[in-house]
Amino acid sequence: MGCGVLSVTVLFSNPAIRAALLIQRWYRQYVARLEMRRRCTWNIFQSIEYAGEQDQIKLYNFFDFLMHHFTPASSESKTRRLPTHWERYFCYESIEVPDSYTGPRLTFPMTFCGVSKVVQAFKHKQQLHARYVLQLLRETWRLLRILTNISHVSTCHTKEITICGDLHGHLEDLLLIFYKNGLPSSEKPYVFNGDFVDRGKNSLEILLILFGFLLVYPNDVHLNRGNHEDHIVNLRYGFTKEVLGKYRVHGKKILNLLQKIFSWLPLATVIDHKVLIVHGGISATTDLNAIARVDRHKYVSALRPPKPTHYAADGCKTQAMGSNHREASGPAEGRRRKKKDLSGCIFGRCEIWSMLMQYVYYIIYTSPLSSVLTMTDSSTQIVDVLWSDPMPQNGCIPNEVRGGGCYWGPDVTEEVLGRHNLQLLIRSHECKQDGYEFCHNRRVLTIFSASNYYEMGSNRGAYIRMGPDLVPHFIQYQASQACRELTLRQSVGWTERSALRALREQLFVHKSDLISAFQEFDPNNTGKISLSHWASATESVLKLGLPWRVLRPQLVSSTQYGMVDYQMWIRELSITEPKLQISDTSILETMYKNHSNLETIFRVIDTDHSGSISFEEFRQTWRLLCSHLKTEISDEAIADLAHSIDFNKDGSIDINEFMEAFRLVDLSAHA
Amino acid sequence: MCTRRSERLSTRSTTRPTAPWTSGELVRRQAAQEIGTIIYSLGCFPSQKDLHDFIAKVEEDHTGYIHLDKFLPAMTKVLQEHKFPPISEDLLLQAFEALDKEKKDYLDPEELTKYMTQEGEPFTQEEMEEMLTALADHRNQIHYKDVVSQMTIKPDK
Repeated sequence: MGCGVLSVTVLFSNPAIRAALLIQRWYRQYVARLEMRRRCTWNIFQSIEYAGEQDQIKLYNFFDFLMHHFTPASSESKTRRLPTHWERYFCYESIEVPDSYTGPRLTFPMTFCGVSKVVQAFKHKQQLHARYVLQLLRETWRLLRILTNISHVSTCHTKEITICGDLHGHLEDLLLIFYKNGLPSSEKPYVFNGDFVDRGKNSLEILLILFGFLLVYPNDVHLNRGNHEDHIVNLRYGFTKEVLGKYRVHGKKILNLLQKIFSWLPLATVIDHKVLIVHGGISATTDLNAIARVDRHKYVSALRPPKPTHYAADGCKTQAMGSNHREASGPAEGRRRKKKDLSGCIFGRCEIWSMLMQYVYYIIYTSPLSSVLTMTDSSTQIVDVLWSDPMPQNGCIPNEVRGGGCYWGPDVTEEVLGRHNLQLLIRSHECKQDGYEFCHNRRVLTIFSASNYYEMGSNRGAYIRMGPDLVPHFIQYQASQACRELTLRQSVGWTERSALRALREQLFVHKSDLISAFQEFDPNNTGKISLSHWASATESVLKLGLPWRVLRPQLVSSTQYGMVDYQMWIRELSITEPKLQISDTSILETMYKNHSNLETIFRVIDTDHSGSISFEEFRQTWRLLCSHLKTEISDEAIADLAHSIDFNKDGSIDINEFMEAFRLVDLSAHA
Repeated sequence: MCTRRSERLSTRSTTRPTAPWTSGELVRRQAAQEIGTIIYSLGCFPSQKDLHDFIAKVEEDHTGYIHLDKFLPAMTKVLQEHKFPPISEDLLLQAFEALDKEKKDYLDPEELTKYMTQEGEPFTQEEMEEMLTALADHRNQIHYKDVVSQMTIKPDK
């Protein structure tokens, strides 16, 4: 890209050269404009994604309470269960496989033939029978229990090791990797660095394939746990739904077994004592020796650290809650986590159900104990390794965007790698445009293997090949023929439209708050505000950290003299066909705003995973959430809502129908 | 390593946590490309030489970093003086016509490649491939009249 070496006279005398210069200048400008749009689009997707994760972790006290009262897992922690109980609970022998079943029939111990049959079956969109699923999972659980927290691999005996990042249910990407790179074997070892599930629609197939290969080649296939190998996260991000949808009868058994399996997944892999592979990253306090010693299976979910063994001093019936509160600990970096302010909850004025009463006890009696019930060191070590992200500046600060783990800087990389005598940290956890990215002076490498993660054409996936020289080589790909042939403009356009749709949905659900914010800048009620006020008001409501001025042409159809007619703009964002007809539309808006949280909560309450909850459960839940959100709600309004949602009028609410009711059917789009 | 500045590129409330470093610092990995992207998106059409001159003026003493407090005044000046004005559709059309020696109303990929990679401020191979993918139709011809009208980005009102 250097300057042309031309004399001025030549420049002016040769029209072709002048023409070329002009065209080059024009085209470079065009490409740069596209690049800017692509980055904005990326920004939009990522900020909405991380805001969602943050939301869930912010509500962790609430979820913790729900967990305690609703999930079978909570009863498990109260009693000691021997492995044999689990084995009996998950017996599959009684499950008959009918003759009509055309999928693969497996025998155990698993063989290469067996797992190949499974891969082929999934390629042809077949489903593995529940009996074999349970059997496979049970064998996996038995194997994982004897593995150590950190897998140690050496490249001496084998040629090269393959390292894959997040797959997130994208089966086509895993198949593409196997196609390009070969199936796992003793000659072809693999490391899979977590986040196998959620978001994509073939999470279970990916798990079964990976577990299958793990069973056949336990010394050559290594799985690291990711932050999505967590049943509470799965409630929100689609894996729970996928399993229950595919296995209506045995789904919950499968999910319960997976809950155990996830907690038994190893936490890290080290190659030749030189390369550390973990899903999220590190923190200033990361200590591999400490990690090696933890009882990893006790950490079932990041959103619910294991409960300490003592009970509340006042003898309150509720068991001591595992608090997520954290004190400033150890190092001078002073990593502090703000204590959640629980005192501001507003409760229903009328009947106080027993559950609400217990919630009150929880708040009153556990807050003072927070200094005792601190998140243990082991929890911190594990959460840091699964949730952290790198940052450009030095230091180590809590990762408040995700809600868990930390942001760590280049100085921390140097210190931690140095302390452990390592030369490279390979991690995943963040989507990258080209499938991989170095940072921290090439000491940290992010690898991401789910292509088209946000949308068709949004990014490539990649995997690493590494030999005894420990130099990473990258292979990139993008699933689907169609994507590769798209021009830059088309793929940016496609992704952008999708991102803008997601963004307009966010704007819509915050309608009332936006209007209030705009009105603060419009004291004379002219209905118009300046562009810069529009941008700052929108950011103050949505808090996504997006470049609103840059996005403005895509979001606001017309401005006059630099002013935005905000009432008209808000009207233009409307849904055209709400499926739900109820009298109180403000509830509608609150529900839209919180529909992801709601879905998660519903799935928690639906303990038998039947797919529906009773009116009473629905009302209790809704009340609880409203009190937590500090929103007043009348009993009448809740009852009205419950009745409207009961589409088939059978006295119970089908979760999927409920979520369907709140799917935004159509938003009037701009251009 | 430069310290984080408190200036932000956009007005933003800080009550919802967002990544703390998306503010005043512009880190230069490939300065020409990153700064170029920014200047182009502001509606300017500098040449590569223009870009290099601009960067030389705002770069922080060969550290490879560019601070907002140097970039902003320089960029404002560029915008106020209309230093790198846009290229009009007519001018662009004339430019394509100048390359179309045989007056056939389209260019072959080879013709365009020759000019773009050998004359003026030459394209890299990557840039050339991208351009051909974007501009060539199913007959592998670049019908520049259609291209120009489709791809000229109208200025924001």
